[in-house]
Amino acid sequence: MNFGFIVQSLPLYWKAAQLTLTISVWAIALSLLVGFLCSLAIYYRVRVLKSIVKVYIEFSRNTPSLIQLFFLYYGLTQIGLKLEAELCAVAGLTFLGGSYMAEAFRSGLEAVGKTQIESGLSIGLSRAQLVRYVIFPQAFSVSMPALEANAIFLMKETSIVSAVALPDLMFVAKDLIGMYYSTTEALTLLVLFYLLLLLPVSLLLSALERKVRYGQFGN
Amino acid sequence: MASSGINVIFEGSNLLRLLNGLLVTARIALVSVLISGVLGIVLGIVMTSKWKAVRSVCRVYLEAVRIIPILVWLFIFYFTLNLELGGEVVSIMVFSLWGTAEMGDIVRGAVGSLPKHQRESGAALGLTNVQIYRYVIIPQTVRRLLPAAINLATRMIKTTSLVVLIGVVEVLKVGQQIIERSILEVPTASFWIYGFIFLLYFAVCYPVSLLSKRLERKWQS
Repeated sequence: MNFGFIVQSLPLYWKAAQLTLTISVWAIALSLLVGFLCSLAIYYRVRVLKSIVKVYIEFSRNTPSLIQLFFLYYGLTQIGLKLEAELCAVAGLTFLGGSYMAEAFRSGLEAVGKTQIESGLSIGLSRAQLVRYVIFPQAFSVSMPALEANAIFLMKETSIVSAVALPDLMFVAKDLIGMYYSTTEALTLLVLFYLLLLLPVSLLLSALERKVRYGQFGN
Repeated sequence: MASSGINVIFEGSNLLRLLNGLLVTARIALVSVLISGVLGIVLGIVMTSKWKAVRSVCRVYLEAVRIIPILVWLFIFYFTLNLELGGEVVSIMVFSLWGTAEMGDIVRGAVGSLPKHQRESGAALGLTNVQIYRYVIIPQTVRRLLPAAINLATRMIKTTSLVVLIGVVEVLKVGQQIIERSILEVPTASFWIYGFIFLLYFAVCYPVSLLSKRLERKWQS
């Protein structure tokens, strides 16, 4: 192992890690938004929207993310929709993550018992209050583990964006291997940087989970 | 040439080549799923062991496989044990390692969710350990784990699309070749080819995940 080489490549990886992180944050945030809206459409049985959402979820969950990204990046540009690589990566990952988040939210919403809602109504809560104090806290606490798993999953999925020429961690590693044949060093750094990104998030999220699950206490 | 757009899929032997590419993907997925199924069941049973050390070792393996993206694992294996193995063998190894870990966790969950008295009743009847597994635990566990296992299989099929990035010539690579060859005549080739591959994957994965959903619903009630 050539430590000089490792020290030299650190800045490259550092920059790549920032890109990976930026794309992850955007993709997770937008997936949460898309997923939340989709789950509401299904939960409240909004007429046409519900069917559209269901078709979207099936397509998103039953196709590989790499193909989704390729279709978005190379396929759609040909028929006029031109996106920048970064935007494309975020859009592709949101298309993927939205359905996973939607399923997570939906299972949480469905887990709220009918008695809970009826009790809320019977003590005179308004619809908004019912949502705010009864449905969401419980639904969210049930959804939390799945949401976390999806967030980590999306962060890992960002590794495919190197395929559309974005200089993320994978891309830098591939580059260094191609240019200098420094396989061991490049791969070691790659693993280290992914651990650096993923381990804290994973620990942070499990700490958060314990906090959010108060809605389940007393069940 | 008047073939604008969708015809590019059916031109010459393009369709056949694409399907052959899909076959490569399917082969990798199938072999990995089979290996993972068998080894995962073994790992899952080992993970329910009495000894804490054994459980911890399995846990470390599982978490290590999980925390690093599969694409990174593919790269690590491809570049470090490049003993003239070729991408296909390497990907089968990586997918089997990953699938075994995930399957092991599914099996562990299913075995762990069995009420304790099932095993104890078996022991009280004088069944040996092997008999307890054969007649008591396995039949009940299968129902609990099959939906999740099928789900894992679709995940593995989807993830096999990554093998193109370590140089395996599969459906996506064939698609790229076709696009490169016909891009001058058919500017929209990449839209149709990638769209077609998108639908191909959907056609493979959707029925499998439907099956998983149906089994889940059937066995839950």
